[in-house]
Amino acid sequence: MITKEVVEHVAWLARIKLSEEEKEKFARQLSKILEYFNMISNVDTSNVEPTFHVVELHNVFRDDEEKESLPQEVVLKSARESEDGFVKAPRIL
Amino acid sequence: MHLNSLTCHELVEMIKAQTVTAEEVVEHVFRRISEVEGKINAFISTFNESALDKAREIDEKIRRGESVGLLAGIPVAVKDNICTRGKLTTCGSKMLSNYIPPYNATVIEKIEAAGGIIIGKTNMDEFAMGNSTETSFFGCTRNPWDITRVPGGSSGGSAAALASDETILALGSDTGGSVRCPASFCSVVGLKPTYGLVSRYGLVSYANSLEQIGPMAKDVLDCAMLFTVIAGHDPRDGTSVPRRPCDYTKALNDEIKGVKVGVLKEFFAVGLDERVEKSVLNAVGILEDLGATCDGASISYLEYAVPTYYLIAMSEASSNLARFDGLRYGFTAKCEGDWNEVFSTTRGEGFGGEVKRRVLLGTFALSAGYYDRYYLKALKVRTLIKREFEKALSKFDVLVAPTMPILPFKIGEVIDDPLAMYMMDIDTVPVNLAGVPSISVPCGFVDGLPVGLQVIGGFFDEEMVLKVAYAFQEHTKFNLKKPEI
Amino acid sequence: MATGRDEGLDVKIGLEVHVQLTALKTKLFCGCSANYRGMPPNTLTCPICLGHPGTLPVLNRKAVEHAMMVALALNSSISRQMIFFRKNYFYVDLPKNFQISQYDKAGGVPLSTGGWVEFAVNGEKKKVRIRRIQLEEDPARLTYPGTITTSSYTLVDFNRAGVALLEIVTEPDMETPEEAYFFLQKLRSIVEHLGVSSENMQGSMRCDANISIKGGARVEIKNISSFRDVRRALQYEIIRQKQLLRRGGAAKQETRHWDEDRQITVSLRVKETESDYRYFPEPDLVPVKISEEWISEVASKMPELPDDRRERFTSDYGIPEYDATVLTSNKKIADFFEECCKLYPNPKKVANWIMSDLLRNINETGIDVAEMSITAEQFIDLLKMIDEELISGKIAKRVLREAIRTGRSPRKVVEDEGLLKISDEKMIAKIVDEVFHEFEGAVADAKRDRKAVNFLVGQVMRKTRGRADPEITNKVILSKLEEK
Repeated sequence: MITKEVVEHVAWLARIKLSEEEKEKFARQLSKILEYFNMISNVDTSNVEPTFHVVELHNVFRDDEEKESLPQEVVLKSARESEDGFVKAPRIL
Repeated sequence: MHLNSLTCHELVEMIKAQTVTAEEVVEHVFRRISEVEGKINAFISTFNESALDKAREIDEKIRRGESVGLLAGIPVAVKDNICTRGKLTTCGSKMLSNYIPPYNATVIEKIEAAGGIIIGKTNMDEFAMGNSTETSFFGCTRNPWDITRVPGGSSGGSAAALASDETILALGSDTGGSVRCPASFCSVVGLKPTYGLVSRYGLVSYANSLEQIGPMAKDVLDCAMLFTVIAGHDPRDGTSVPRRPCDYTKALNDEIKGVKVGVLKEFFAVGLDERVEKSVLNAVGILEDLGATCDGASISYLEYAVPTYYLIAMSEASSNLARFDGLRYGFTAKCEGDWNEVFSTTRGEGFGGEVKRRVLLGTFALSAGYYDRYYLKALKVRTLIKREFEKALSKFDVLVAPTMPILPFKIGEVIDDPLAMYMMDIDTVPVNLAGVPSISVPCGFVDGLPVGLQVIGGFFDEEMVLKVAYAFQEHTKFNLKKPEI
Repeated sequence: MATGRDEGLDVKIGLEVHVQLTALKTKLFCGCSANYRGMPPNTLTCPICLGHPGTLPVLNRKAVEHAMMVALALNSSISRQMIFFRKNYFYVDLPKNFQISQYDKAGGVPLSTGGWVEFAVNGEKKKVRIRRIQLEEDPARLTYPGTITTSSYTLVDFNRAGVALLEIVTEPDMETPEEAYFFLQKLRSIVEHLGVSSENMQGSMRCDANISIKGGARVEIKNISSFRDVRRALQYEIIRQKQLLRRGGAAKQETRHWDEDRQITVSLRVKETESDYRYFPEPDLVPVKISEEWISEVASKMPELPDDRRERFTSDYGIPEYDATVLTSNKKIADFFEECCKLYPNPKKVANWIMSDLLRNINETGIDVAEMSITAEQFIDLLKMIDEELISGKIAKRVLREAIRTGRSPRKVVEDEGLLKISDEKMIAKIVDEVFHEFEGAVADAKRDRKAVNFLVGQVMRKTRGRADPEITNKVILSKLEEK
């Protein structure tokens, strides 16, 4: 069961502001979906390794070689706001 | 002659022989777009000027006798979650409605290097989350075969653009069926490659461990041509598999005598529309007529594929989509407050309902106390499903199944029932869990609505998948039927 | 100062040290230059380290090798297969709003586990165990016009975002702030000797501390920017927690912020806790398998470490172990010592002068060893001036202090201030005459009592600001007394 309180906590972790209406709707929908998803607990997976990567690869590296960076104006142009070459962000506290 | 209604392999020959120019082809395509876009809404943006410039460059090269690539002068429509430098890339979301990437996806570089011309970006479910293209911030794309119905999704714009001859080739991406589903619903060809065969660099991640960019086309040969261009190792993608380049068009012949075809029993179970079932079984009969040996094949755990897929996809998505906070790029809400307030408001306003649903559930599934029960458990069930495919594919050259269990549905018909939407992915998601390649090829019509046949192959055995699909197509010619718009 | 052990308090201190791998040319997962210091903001970024959609990380091989070196040097056991995890939390300095890091739970395998560092604290040996070492990416750098609490906005420079960082976590084995301080000194000396991280860079080594006192919970202290402040923050925290105990309370588990300006720790409201980070394996990075062969190859390329160097200093230069320990606690000082020894035949004298004068003056002037401008040649020149009796030992100490303070060479200081020893007998005789004239009573005393001669010598020294050769001065005074 996903309660409205759980939705609020998860929405906080995901930094998504929800309206009261949304909170209630999602609590309902997510509970229903999760109830269905819970069926995977019926599968016996003892001694089964999880598949993190379907194709087995390892040791993929790059050399420590410099590549060209983006010009500052390109970075700042797409940013929300800028000041003296810095990206301007909201206050912390 | 309407050049836009021809195929890539036909046009490339004509362009190279200078019987038509690339410029004419591009002009025809844009003319078509302006004629039908009002009804179809396949594109989010089009690049008329730059496409025509590119076309003229190609024509000039040909006139000078210089070598041109495999896709010389061919218009390609690109799903809007694949980054194009200097050109809007929205992912069908308000969140990226103003996003102009400073770089090109690897597939874009490869297509341009082969002479292909990017004509525009196609509509899609927001961040590729959906199978109907209804969740797009830019409005739903309509199915060219019946504009009251969905084109499938999430690469609905690409499929609809092909079906309505608004482009010659298209790119989609397939996380849980997003290339194959719209290919099936729009009667075009779409391939989900083996995981790791096509670079994901520049594909906006929805669920990294499941997705691949896939070629979409009007027939199997075109699909193989585009695939030949985009496949291959990329040092910028750490999950890209180093393999020798391959010309996949060489694999195509209509000789499939002796090919062992496994018919996936479980995929014909409850939930399958009887009319679709009939169509697909008919297709199996045709493969037998062509000399393939068809037998029943089985994939256990199929009933767990949808929850397994969604738990993995939502979990990864919740993390992948965290970067959209409006600070460095993209939409920013106009509001006052500290960073928490601004980020939360931006994300609350920038994301649509389906994205929020998946991000919230994914966040929940990864959170403390649930990780083992949901995410890790899903990855273990994934192992079991992958093993089932390996087992079946050790006995058969390919496996066949319906691509979608249902016909294209009406716009707005299912959208309010998320779980019902998820269930429709039952035939496509297992393939992404296993990582193997799979193609959807047109296999008939029911009441004027397309049905797709799914052909699944072993790891890196795209050649076999394409070959079977090609043989089927050459004897059925469903690809030649065009919708009236 | 609470430098000694607080018996019965059962102080347990653990450290979480972040070491930037500054010797790398590029960042951990992209080809942007990692050499961001002194660069204009946001000029060393690319779509990858800015967290643009669609970009993918690719691991810098050398970063893994440098990390392996550190693990080997700290006796930490390197994992045969390591994987990266995503640590999910939102913050203004995190371009992707998750950090690619490592994890030792949920099936995660960090670069290495276990290990220890041995070091000296006031002559006593101390061993601190390492819990784990992991490789991760540095966040962007934030500045707040004004202070963090009053600023109406934040400025972000993404140049630092993605720079390779090692997180070294110790067991809570330290019992005093002093031990934490010397642990950090030793760790820094090790990474400098390895050549993987340079002290000469602001913020290349950062530290969080955790501390518990008998009866209280574990308190974390964040935002400590220098080793000296680690010591101060821990001292402050011990006093604070002791007071709590005395009042019958106990420290509660919390994260506190070191307020550098006020030199106190303040409670920090943390919204995300460890359980909210939603760690999971990074799907875009494949596992790194580390073979025996690779480890041996890296080990074979490792330079001499401080402990080996200390041993060599005692055997090659015949200096005491204590001296060798002090000299090798900083790579620049150890290098300086060796250069000096090439130019000068008496290592013990060099060691003494470095330890008692050079280091003391550096500490007193607040100059960082890394910024010290005096060269070995100049330093030895100073010692030779003493040997050649051009200056006295006492003057030399003054010269050195002045040289370090002003950045002038010792010889220049001697010349500028006219500090050369006066050995000219005629010149000294002239000054002696002046003194005799001024202090007639003392001269009379001296004639009777030879002990009073010292007063006259002192007066000559005062007039010459210590430059007159004491022997010659003595001789001249005695002979002049005879004449009278």
